[in-house]
Amino acid sequence: MTQSLIDLSTTQMVSGLRAGTFSSRELVQAFLDRIDAVEPNVHAYLSLLPEQALAQADKADARLSDARAKSSSDDLPALLGLPIAVKDLLTVQGMRCTCGSKILENFVPPFTATSIQHLLDAGVIIVGKTNMDEFAMGSSTETSAYGPTSNPCDLSRVPGGSSGGSAAAVAAREVPVAIGSDTGGSVRQPASFCGLTGIKPTYGRVSRYGLIAYGSSLDTVGVLAHSAEDAALLFEQMAGADPKDATSVDVSVPSIKFDNRTDLKGLRVGVPAEYFIKGIQPEVEAAVRKAIQTLKDMGAEIIEVSLPHTSYALPVYYLIAPAEASANLARYDGIRFGPRSDAESMWGMFRETRGELFGPEVKRRIMLGTYALSAGYYDAYYGQAQKVRTLIKRDFDEAYQKVDVIACPVAPTTAFKQGEHSGDPLAMYLEDVFTLPTNLAGVPGLAFNVGFDSNSLPIGMQLMGPHFKEEVLFKTAHAYQQVTDWHKRFPAL
Amino acid sequence: MILTLKEVNHIADLARLNLTEEEKQKYQEQLSAILDYAASLQSLDTSGIAPTASVLSTSSALRPDVSGQSLPVEETLRNSASTTDNQFRVPPVFE
Repeated sequence: MTQSLIDLSTTQMVSGLRAGTFSSRELVQAFLDRIDAVEPNVHAYLSLLPEQALAQADKADARLSDARAKSSSDDLPALLGLPIAVKDLLTVQGMRCTCGSKILENFVPPFTATSIQHLLDAGVIIVGKTNMDEFAMGSSTETSAYGPTSNPCDLSRVPGGSSGGSAAAVAAREVPVAIGSDTGGSVRQPASFCGLTGIKPTYGRVSRYGLIAYGSSLDTVGVLAHSAEDAALLFEQMAGADPKDATSVDVSVPSIKFDNRTDLKGLRVGVPAEYFIKGIQPEVEAAVRKAIQTLKDMGAEIIEVSLPHTSYALPVYYLIAPAEASANLARYDGIRFGPRSDAESMWGMFRETRGELFGPEVKRRIMLGTYALSAGYYDAYYGQAQKVRTLIKRDFDEAYQKVDVIACPVAPTTAFKQGEHSGDPLAMYLEDVFTLPTNLAGVPGLAFNVGFDSNSLPIGMQLMGPHFKEEVLFKTAHAYQQVTDWHKRFPAL
Repeated sequence: MILTLKEVNHIADLARLNLTEEEKQKYQEQLSAILDYAASLQSLDTSGIAPTASVLSTSSALRPDVSGQSLPVEETLRNSASTTDNQFRVPPVFE
């Protein structure tokens, strides 16, 4: 029994808990056993809360059996008793939150992120906080101050990043589903590298309150799961306007109903030439083109579109994101949280604390952002980047006049070896080339597995949609997952 | 290289970052390479293009100007390395 519970889909777990087929304690224990078995090899978690999780499971079980006795399960929270994991940059009151950095080594937040509060209100149980690139700056989870995470598909490779811990935990079935954040691809690229489905919602769709800020105009909270249906379960609960985040938007959140239909007639799928460029791994292109053909076979209309400013997205992102980061990370000064140096002056304390406790990638981006915002360079770098961002956003606006979704690869390659890009920041930044444009335009993106390369490494396809049209992305991916089984292939670990 | 070592020192000073000599040299090279890559943006004609202020067309939400409950003082101080009399404690400001 215990062995097979972790193989169920999240949707099956939720209905099994409801029906009393198994208890929340049995489910949580099954994942804790799995964590005991594989976590030493994967290192997906930065902290684990087994006792707390089991105590909450018992509470959930009491409510579930009480409701069954009274035949009144309608009032139960939607996800009651479901274990989840949370990336270590979303705050949960009383639960240590490091953001993958030594500068927040002992930070215990006094408040809970709104997105996570919504999930807790829906009855989830947090089993642990997951590893990540320091302050979400990275594409491999190697910049974590607490050591890298391994890809469950091949332990010598990276799981992607920055939400690599969340992706690895789900792929290794150490948890059914996990929350991540996506500023330039940090949910979608690890989903692609680990063979998962990952949603980056529209900017403003999910509150950023309690999400430790990196690039405030780009940051979003997303979900990593085994299927579109499973990811949508949590997305629906997290979404919604929040008075504590002035950029969150009051647009009604659809209750997404999935069925077994595989007919995509009427759906217009755009394919942009700018996303099938030289340098892309041939097996990645082949798998993505085949998946597009599958969508066509299912009735979708395939239309060529152009997003002419795509090649500018990378330099635009790597000016805007570090600029925002340099301002956001000014708060880490040793005064209010984290350890501090014992310098004799305040300015010395700032310089020493920050110099010693930030890692190399974080310092690099703070330096880059400070330069882009500094007197004499603002117009040439930051100002120009914000103007080109407008052009990139217009590309999407125009494309969505003609198509409902846009299909492309998530990343140019499959998971690379640990250490492969260390020492060459530009090579690492190029991993994000296909995911950055959605963050710059604020549109949603969904990554899902569409095959494997010759090393048995997963290949991801991305569907991008207009603002607030996540439902179309989920439903298209779900229809694809009805006729294929890539998403059901678990890594042999 | 686009950046001089003097500029690297200046940026580190603005960012309040103590860097080792080794780090300064590495960042001089790496930041110069990144800025060189970003130079492609300069060739794009953006006259008449407004910078992106927000990716969404909806205007920012404003809440009614009424005071609400905030965190208790002891909670806000709990994560600090040094506090005194319900305040954060810092070393002398003037060197």
